[in-house]
Amino acid sequence: MPVTTIDGHQINVNEEGFLTDPTEWTDEIGIALAAQIGITLTDAHWKAIRFLRKDFDEMGETATLRRVSTVGAIPIKELFALFPAKPAKKMSYVAGLPKPHGCV
Amino acid sequence: MKRLLVLGAGTAGTMIVNKLRHHLDASEWDIKVVDRDDVHPYQPGFLFLPFGAYTAKQITRPRRGTLPKGVDFVIGEVDRVDAAANKVALVDGTTLDYDYLIIASGTTPRPDQTPGMLGEEWRRSIFDFYTFEGSKALAEALKKFDHGRLVVHITDMPIKCPVAPLEFTFLAEAWLREKGMRDRVEIIYVTPLPGAFTKPIASERLGSMLDDRKIAVESDFMVERIDVENKALVSYDEREVPFDLLVTVPLNMGADFVARSGLGDDLNYVPVDKHTLQSKAYPNMFAVGDASDIPASKAGSVAHFSIDIFVDNFMELIAGKPMTGSFDGHANCFIESGDGKGLLIDFNYDTEPLPGTYPLPFVGPMGLLKETRANHLGKLAFRWIYWNILLPGRSMPVPTLMSMVGKKPSNTMTKTTK
Repeated sequence: MPVTTIDGHQINVNEEGFLTDPTEWTDEIGIALAAQIGITLTDAHWKAIRFLRKDFDEMGETATLRRVSTVGAIPIKELFALFPAKPAKKMSYVAGLPKPHGCV
Repeated sequence: MKRLLVLGAGTAGTMIVNKLRHHLDASEWDIKVVDRDDVHPYQPGFLFLPFGAYTAKQITRPRRGTLPKGVDFVIGEVDRVDAAANKVALVDGTTLDYDYLIIASGTTPRPDQTPGMLGEEWRRSIFDFYTFEGSKALAEALKKFDHGRLVVHITDMPIKCPVAPLEFTFLAEAWLREKGMRDRVEIIYVTPLPGAFTKPIASERLGSMLDDRKIAVESDFMVERIDVENKALVSYDEREVPFDLLVTVPLNMGADFVARSGLGDDLNYVPVDKHTLQSKAYPNMFAVGDASDIPASKAGSVAHFSIDIFVDNFMELIAGKPMTGSFDGHANCFIESGDGKGLLIDFNYDTEPLPGTYPLPFVGPMGLLKETRANHLGKLAFRWIYWNILLPGRSMPVPTLMSMVGKKPSNTMTKTTK
């Protein structure tokens, strides 16, 4: 697995650039990852990222869009506005989590 | 007397009671299975109904006839499971007590979950093919369809038999060609996934097959609603896909009683250990087949392979021993591609579908990820195997755990990224 340097930190990532160890993540790394995909994080972005991080801690897996909307109370429409085109992938990337596995 | 209660007499529940009745002493174990009706459908047959290939009789049987002697079959609707008290209440007021509970209530298409889907165009220009009624209605609609936009659509993952919408698309394309109407029909494949399928190598292969057939793919499409007046799918990011005939796979959800009983996740699937299928909340509860939340395809082959492991584990569990079997997520699916040909894919939690031959190296007789006549014949033969070997719990001459024998891994990637 490749190691990359983000914001001065050495980070383990997979071939798509997703963090492989969620505990290496910090707010600063989140800001840097968002910048890499052209997103400047606002409070609304952070609300989604905080929910994803908290839910991952409790459930051991990344929440799907449906779950962010039903449990995290952020409408799917808003997630598409915050993280355009591929919100599930982009959100988990910024939050330092694996892609949700709804896709099998 | 110990009591084993199974909720659902579909593919998984039927295989389980057939196997366990052989293993469990009838003087010590009472086995009950509950379902809401007495009709067992051969669900893969629904795919062919729209093209007039099967009659209703060939693809349904009474559930009673598929169950072994010594198993009590109860027809009734489950109201809720009281897991703390080891009781199941039926809607008619009956209470069933258990020592071990197996939830095998599957997954169901839910057109009610997408605004506009169940409106006035439902079964007029909007169809599903995952139910007998839907598939029959679609057969009638196809007879009258001679030009326009045919849109095949998946609402969200996971869905039962994730290759079926692709198969439907390939079959429809071949059928239109045969009828001499292909030039007058535009076919669009609309998916919430980034490509044709979930796993990279298969997605590339299946994607190029769509391309060869001039089928357009609208990817990363999460439907918000159906605009009934203008006959169009509308996504959350405000893309619109107009249709003349829409064949949709509605949102799939587990049974409502799972939600009522507080046992499900946000799609009513029961959280279980992915290697043993044991409930994460109650050690005397299992969820098998499509009803669980394991990250594998919702498919009969997964149910079949996992139940082989489950039965041995269950015997260890009731003997007070640790469960030693570990399910690997093995799935094995035929993919009809039209013109009397088909593909076969074989994969598990960690290894994506790869090219090669199955089940033996070089000789096959099935080709993996490759269109062949043998794969199509395999799919057709499978109906007989389903009724006569699979459901009765007889053993199949293929390995339970996925094997790399006959597979050709690519140099770059053998592990799936989920």
